[in-house]
Amino acid sequence: MGAGHAHKLYRHGHSPVHRLPPHCKLAAAFAFVLVVVSTPREAVWAFGLYAVLVAGVAAVARIPAGFLLRRLVIEVPFVAFAVLMPFVAQGERVDVLGMSLSVSGLWGAWNVLAKGTLGVAASVLLASTTELRALLLGLQRLKLPPMLVQIASFMIRYGDVVTDELRRMSIARRSRGFEARGVRHWGVLAKTAGALFIRSYERGERVYLAMVSRGYAGSMPVIDEVTATRTQWAYAAVLPVTALAVCLMGWTL
Amino acid sequence: MTTAPSLEISGLAYAYPDGHQALFGVDLTVGRGERVALLGPNGAGKTTLVLHLNGILAGGVGSVTVAGLPVEKRNFAEVRRRVGIVFQDPDDQLFMPTVREDVAFGPAAAGLRGAELEERVQGALEQVGMAGFADRPPHHLSFGQRRRVAVATVLAMRPEILVLDEPSSNLDPASRRELADVLRSLDVTVLMVTHDLPYALELCPRAVILSEGVIAADGRTQDLLCDEPLMRSHRLELPFGFDPRSVHVA
Repeated sequence: MGAGHAHKLYRHGHSPVHRLPPHCKLAAAFAFVLVVVSTPREAVWAFGLYAVLVAGVAAVARIPAGFLLRRLVIEVPFVAFAVLMPFVAQGERVDVLGMSLSVSGLWGAWNVLAKGTLGVAASVLLASTTELRALLLGLQRLKLPPMLVQIASFMIRYGDVVTDELRRMSIARRSRGFEARGVRHWGVLAKTAGALFIRSYERGERVYLAMVSRGYAGSMPVIDEVTATRTQWAYAAVLPVTALAVCLMGWTL
Repeated sequence: MTTAPSLEISGLAYAYPDGHQALFGVDLTVGRGERVALLGPNGAGKTTLVLHLNGILAGGVGSVTVAGLPVEKRNFAEVRRRVGIVFQDPDDQLFMPTVREDVAFGPAAAGLRGAELEERVQGALEQVGMAGFADRPPHHLSFGQRRRVAVATVLAMRPEILVLDEPSSNLDPASRRELADVLRSLDVTVLMVTHDLPYALELCPRAVILSEGVIAADGRTQDLLCDEPLMRSHRLELPFGFDPRSVHVA
């Protein structure tokens, strides 16, 4: 039962970063990622500076380095591909530890790894200093299509309900002597997934009835509006603007 | 203030698109401030009837009016404000991330904002004794608490009539009693759909039996429950050891 206010990605705190309005942080994180990916990969020192910037924000937000690094593990499956690049790419080759590696492949791998890690780090920082609910309000404020915000909001509300249903179905299966072992049991698991889909679909219908009964006519009423002052925007802009300066230097030096 | 009855149903008949006919001419009038139990076996058409009260289902024969306002497409917004339906599963009813936002949903959809909205939400939560839980996500509440919040979500719309679908289902005895206290304290017309006959007797002076798509009986709850042949013929059974004659009701 983790979602909602006490989600495991969120780390409760009262730092200046926590206090910034969610839409400022969203915009800042997004701008930062854009700047990072548009930096030339040869400017290795620039990525070092970006890492220092991220570490600085983490320090202000009082997010311990260990916490941040553990969350970064999420990117491992995605960067596995980058590790392959020096072996499979074409072109000029160089010998490293007795292996013949492609130079352009090495640069490509570095590019994916550095930019990916910085992007994930910025997202982890955003998630650990902003409650899920606030993120949705921020997205709404940034004029993300309302339908997408509604879908995300229902995911948060019903994620646990559906997980709980799945758990009960699993208990019911095991109580009748079923343990999933090997391929022959995949059929049962597939049927469970199907049953869960139908149950959720029917719940969706019932939820819709309940919404219509309370006056829903296609759009969610705005109950909480998040606002930001110029000062708050200025604080949020520090990270992407500094990063932009680094990026410009990367292109000119 | 209008003097029309809270709810007036006449000659209501309805068949589902697949041809299954659920209602065969229902006539029912509920006066202002009355608390009426709607009893009936499974498949009697109770849910179908409830969904007609705010126009979710329509297209059959007959008419429904809520405090003088006919349930028609052009009146849907106002009808849905006037008819507060509390569905059986609070997880269906409570679809917003926090209790406060959920209770605010109805009034906000009707255009309320700011301090007035906040006041409405607080008031409704106080009526059901849940004022301290406004910022909790619904799934962190007990089932009984969720049921009471579900009642608050419709109370916040200041309904003319509160319609409860199986309000006592899945509640432990303490939550059941707490909900009864809440319902008794409200100054609103109540239509309560239920299988829980002792609960109907406790809360509703009047009861109607819906059976095979028509109102088969209408009278004092105690009189109906004591009429054994009537009860038996509509598959309504009292719990073991419960004698409605032994209960003193006002």
